[in-house]
Amino acid sequence: MELFFGLVTGVLFGFLLQRGQVLRYDKQLGALRLKDMTIVKFMLSHIMVAMVGLYLLNDLGLVKLSIKSTVLGANILGGLIFGLGWGLVGYCPGTSVGAVGEGRFDALWGIAGMLVGAAVFARAYDGLLGTVYTWGDYGKITLPSLLGISHWLVIVVLLAAFAGILRLLERKGL
Amino acid sequence: MPTQSKGWSPYLAGALSGLVSIGSVLIAGKYLGASTTFVRGAGMAERLYAPDVVTTLAYYIKEKPVFDWQFLFVCGIAAGAYLAARLYGDFKVQLVPDTWSARFGPSPWRRAAAAFVGGVIAMFGARLADGCPSGHGLSGMSQLAVSGYLAGAGFFIGGIVMARLLYRGK
Repeated sequence: MELFFGLVTGVLFGFLLQRGQVLRYDKQLGALRLKDMTIVKFMLSHIMVAMVGLYLLNDLGLVKLSIKSTVLGANILGGLIFGLGWGLVGYCPGTSVGAVGEGRFDALWGIAGMLVGAAVFARAYDGLLGTVYTWGDYGKITLPSLLGISHWLVIVVLLAAFAGILRLLERKGL
Repeated sequence: MPTQSKGWSPYLAGALSGLVSIGSVLIAGKYLGASTTFVRGAGMAERLYAPDVVTTLAYYIKEKPVFDWQFLFVCGIAAGAYLAARLYGDFKVQLVPDTWSARFGPSPWRRAAAAFVGGVIAMFGARLADGCPSGHGLSGMSQLAVSGYLAGAGFFIGGIVMARLLYRGK
């Protein structure tokens, strides 16, 4: 049943990624070259809807949050390394498989590379555990827990900030 | 059918995908993510010729090479994208993206090499960061996780730097 839900969720998500035109190298590089912010619009719209819904349901006790640990070394270094590779391949892991579904077969090379990258990481993991993974380990913290304020206050501020960013992008024709 | 439809507004598609993500958490308790599946996929491939590796490496023991919710989710993305592309006349086989071709020429091998190397680097980084733009960018930032905002900033800073290097002055 869990597998079935995964498949259905993936089909819906893939459908929307295709309709939002975010499965394209041209759109991903467009954002990284600060010329076409389609993927940023997609991501921020997703986050604005999901953060309100998830925290509302969490307050009602209907869902559980699943927070990834904050480890400064791993999150920042890994994030930057990912970004450098992303700029080269032009697809992220989720959009690479969607791009193949749309006929963009250069993404197959990207997927092959990502599988190799995962295998390389599996070999580096033990060495990283004692180093990068110990640099600034703060556990499962969130912005509201860090700031010691209500999550709704954080959400309202972020909604306003994201809306402001989107408005600016529209004004600049990006 | 049109040959290349214009697609939907990214705001509409993004907001609807946010609802999909809420529904997934409510019904199945699962948050969207994609990069762990590549570890499981790599483990499945390695198991074919070196079964020992998969049972001894700590990372493959942590992320076992089995089909789970996320693996099927990732497969579903390809199916959903195919469905939408077919339905709206958007499906088009392309080996070299337009932007790439305009900058680096039409060679599919040059593009293949860059995509492969980029994929290796990107996945290494995603596993180190413990997530990709789905797990950290969408799910993490929606949950206000500090890790999501840090990794998300890293993704874009690294990406902008690489895009500058590749498309300098263009």
